[in-house]
Amino acid sequence: MSVIDAVREAMREEMARDERVFVMGEDIGARGGVFLATDGFVEQFGEERVIDTPLAESSIAGIALGAAMNGMRPIAEIEFADFIWPTFNQVVGEAARVRYGTAGSLGAPMVLRAPYGGGVRGGLYHSQSPEAYFAHTPGLKVVAPATPYDTKGLLKSAVRDEDPVIFLEHKRTYRLVRGDVPDEEYTLPIGAADVKMEGSDISVISYGLMLHLCLEAARELADEGVSVEALDLRTLRPLDSEAILATARKTGKALIVHEDTKAVGVGAEVAAIIAEEAFEYLDGPIMRVAGPEVPAMPFSPTLEAMFMPDTERIANAMRELARY
Amino acid sequence: MDQGRTDIAPGRGPTDSELLEMYRLMALCRALDERVWLMNRQGKAAIVASAQGHEAGQVGSVAALRIGHDRFYIYYRDLAALVSLGLTPAQIMSGFLAKAGEPLSGGRQFPTHGAHAGLNLVNLSNVVATQIPQAVGDALASKMRGEDAVTIVYFGDGAASVGDCHEGMNFAAIHKLPVVFFCENNGYAISVPLSKQMAVDSVAGRAEGYGMPGVVIDGTDVSAVYEATAAAAERARAGEGPTLIEAMVERYLPHTSDDDDSRYRPRGDIEEARKKDPVKMLRERLLADGILDEETDERFSADAKRAVNEATEEVEAAPHPDPSSFYDHVYAGDTGGASSR
Amino acid sequence: MKIELPHVGESVTEGVIGRWLKQVGDSVEKYDALVEVVTDKVSMEVPSPASGVLTSILVEEGETVPMGTVIAEMEVSGGEEETPGDAQGADAGGEAAVMDRVGALLTDVAPVGPTGSGGAITAGAGMAGSRSGRYSPAVLRLAERHDVDLSQVEGTGMSGRVTRKDVQAFIEARGARDAPAADEERVPLTPIRRMIAENMTRSAATIPEAWTLVEADVSSLARLRERVKGEFARREGVNLTHLAFVVKVVAEALREHRMVNASWDGDAIILKRRVNVGIAVAAPAGLVVPVIHDADELSVAGLAKRIDDLAGRARGGKLGLDDVRGGTFTINNTGALGSVVGKAIINPPEAAILNTESIVKRPVVVGDGIAIRSMMNLCLTFDHRILDGAEAGVFIGDVKRRLEAIDPDMGV
Repeated sequence: MSVIDAVREAMREEMARDERVFVMGEDIGARGGVFLATDGFVEQFGEERVIDTPLAESSIAGIALGAAMNGMRPIAEIEFADFIWPTFNQVVGEAARVRYGTAGSLGAPMVLRAPYGGGVRGGLYHSQSPEAYFAHTPGLKVVAPATPYDTKGLLKSAVRDEDPVIFLEHKRTYRLVRGDVPDEEYTLPIGAADVKMEGSDISVISYGLMLHLCLEAARELADEGVSVEALDLRTLRPLDSEAILATARKTGKALIVHEDTKAVGVGAEVAAIIAEEAFEYLDGPIMRVAGPEVPAMPFSPTLEAMFMPDTERIANAMRELARY
Repeated sequence: MDQGRTDIAPGRGPTDSELLEMYRLMALCRALDERVWLMNRQGKAAIVASAQGHEAGQVGSVAALRIGHDRFYIYYRDLAALVSLGLTPAQIMSGFLAKAGEPLSGGRQFPTHGAHAGLNLVNLSNVVATQIPQAVGDALASKMRGEDAVTIVYFGDGAASVGDCHEGMNFAAIHKLPVVFFCENNGYAISVPLSKQMAVDSVAGRAEGYGMPGVVIDGTDVSAVYEATAAAAERARAGEGPTLIEAMVERYLPHTSDDDDSRYRPRGDIEEARKKDPVKMLRERLLADGILDEETDERFSADAKRAVNEATEEVEAAPHPDPSSFYDHVYAGDTGGASSR
Repeated sequence: MKIELPHVGESVTEGVIGRWLKQVGDSVEKYDALVEVVTDKVSMEVPSPASGVLTSILVEEGETVPMGTVIAEMEVSGGEEETPGDAQGADAGGEAAVMDRVGALLTDVAPVGPTGSGGAITAGAGMAGSRSGRYSPAVLRLAERHDVDLSQVEGTGMSGRVTRKDVQAFIEARGARDAPAADEERVPLTPIRRMIAENMTRSAATIPEAWTLVEADVSSLARLRERVKGEFARREGVNLTHLAFVVKVVAEALREHRMVNASWDGDAIILKRRVNVGIAVAAPAGLVVPVIHDADELSVAGLAKRIDDLAGRARGGKLGLDDVRGGTFTINNTGALGSVVGKAIINPPEAAILNTESIVKRPVVVGDGIAIRSMMNLCLTFDHRILDGAEAGVFIGDVKRRLEAIDPDMGV
């Protein structure tokens, strides 16, 4: 099963399970979504529960929020994460504060799905990684899975969650990454990271597409005698501090990899957690491989390649850290 | 008064006893409003946005709807809507003093903000117009479940300029959602007059562009408000979709207790506005029609004063929220003072 | 070249010269161990600062000298100049020495070529600090926990850095060497345990001990204490223990038997003018011996309070250096543990140590009859170099007599 299949199956199962669940977004009806996440949904669930919206992202989030406050379980799709900025106020300013600002009278059980990430020749407006902006906000949950199994289990949990969840799906993984998914029903807990590869010399902490590049680099290093432990964060808020600290304490050397711009990114928070709570275990500098400090990913293949961290860069950083 | 589009069936008007009750509520609201403003000047209420001049619009519209069944998305100047919905003066005042037990946000939010599940009442934000798409989504939920609840969303003329207003109205009209858009037009977005907010005559005139009816009404006339709201609600319940009501009201006081309207508003303008005091006008009318007598009026007045005095005493004596509640309700299940990660 | 006693260890100011590992005339390689030095904190071997021949030893074994003292001299081989940086704390060179060093660096730098790319800097100038002495938090934590001397660990990290794995490997190798059997557990020594072990070993190894025991009838003391202890506790806020009486009596006896209040000094015996009685206390971290200075000048009540204060602070780990220094005799109240007879090891450099054992009621022949009396054994271990059995016997007999003579009706 591919990642996009996992997205589709998770939503299909949740809509079949719970009448309150519905999907809304741009081109999700007859078109089945630009990535075909809702392919066949109109036929199966009808237009009432598969709502094609105008191209108006703020209201997509705002309407989803209102429906959530009135007992529904909306899954709103933002066609590309690059178009998520108009929702920012409805999500960060409103949805995140519903429970706190009403002292628990109301909640906002909604999911905002957004395909994100580059390496797809998407240019400045079809390549972005918006996670840091949302992960900064208490009241939101931010999930960014990397595999079909995690995607399905976590998306189902997101739909069932009582709080607003930003669910980020890396576009490049949609059809590139395939994996086994059990036939039987399952969910995975939001807020739990997962050790994707056990090792003892260095830890690499990542999520999304970059996790796969990290695993590839780790296999390369295994041939060179370096044992890499790979931690998949899966959820970016709340971060799984225990898992982060456990691997950092185990190896004493942590490399954090993400595609999003480095400064003030998720990696900065991961590094800070390690520095604050596992300082005495560190046997080397906390390192980061992340996107460069340009506003967004350029279109030209040579420039895009400069933006995207690749296996070679990651492997080199691993070598440096292992040698330290 | 420009009536804008009038293609909605005339709604039923209020009964005499409803008029009398609306008058009682408006008088109570005025007394409460004046008190919290004074409490701001005493340094007790940190911020007040006065509803004085808006009372008929809020009380008349709430009265035309079904409390506990219909759904209310109000905004920061809707003190009179809260009174109409049945919150007590003490409950409302506890918001102004941010005391423990405040029913809408537990003292976390500005006065009148938060939510009340039993009253289907939401007032989340200080960011204007955000409530409009939310109310539309709320109505979408009711419609999807086949319920006949109507969602009314209140906003000022200032909010009508925000993109969310457009997006919400457009969506509601497309899906014929049971929404009443209730614009309380007092002519000022804080200090910016209508002429600098829009090049057209009315907000309601925009309704045609969305494919829904829009009416401009005298928002100081409680009967007109009641009728228009009842008509819009009937349309909504019948599945015919949303209505935009633009209630022309007056703002007697500055935008908030932190504002100084002498910098932008001619004094004569306010004096003129005060001649159309909705509370006074309703009183005179009810006296003239024999619905209200002096004795009852004095009793209403005395009751209002006593209720506000008692509320003041009670709320001033109440404690502030327990700091141990600080981390509650960041996420579902956060209670008992545990810090959220 | 003068060789100084190096400054080693925080707050340590002096060291005792142990064994000289090289003798005058020996040729010595740089870093060869020259001499053993013992300080309050560490015992170490001082390495030679240079290669050459040891020409004189200025401080003999057993002498205590301040750090920075010149302890030996050597002739440096190969015309190698004495460099001020080799000996820590060498202020003698002062500014001139620093200037010399700068000059030396400059002459060492190769000329810069026309492109600006200089030739190689001669070896020694730049690369010396490959092991900077800065360790990662993980390395420091492991080293502290497992008592690893990091200078002994071979670094395999970047530029020879000692990595966490290096320390782990070191610990494992050491563990394999000292591995306990499956049914044993190896408990690393705490510093205080190590110190006690060293002191006791030194005592046992160097002092020819003799031992004697007398029985004392302390019925009067027991009666007296029984009579006044309640009122005493109320008045003074501390318990009136047997120990306070024993210290009082011993202190008086020590004043008269000066050879017992003495220490061995190789070619002389030093008689102490003050009577400072140490009390052995079992503190959580290990045995400590706080000292009651001028115990002979205190009343029984004063002694009771002083003992209470010192024992309390000993158990709380709050003793200061002055509290444990200057003892001239030690009392070991083993009776508190239920012991009836025992042999203590002398706390060097004192001349003797007294065990006061449990007070037990026993049938005793008094005159021609048998009576039930409160009896206590007094066990004295003494340094036979200083005391003979006769002198020790007179002393312990005097202590016995004084204890037995306590008036049960006296006031305390």
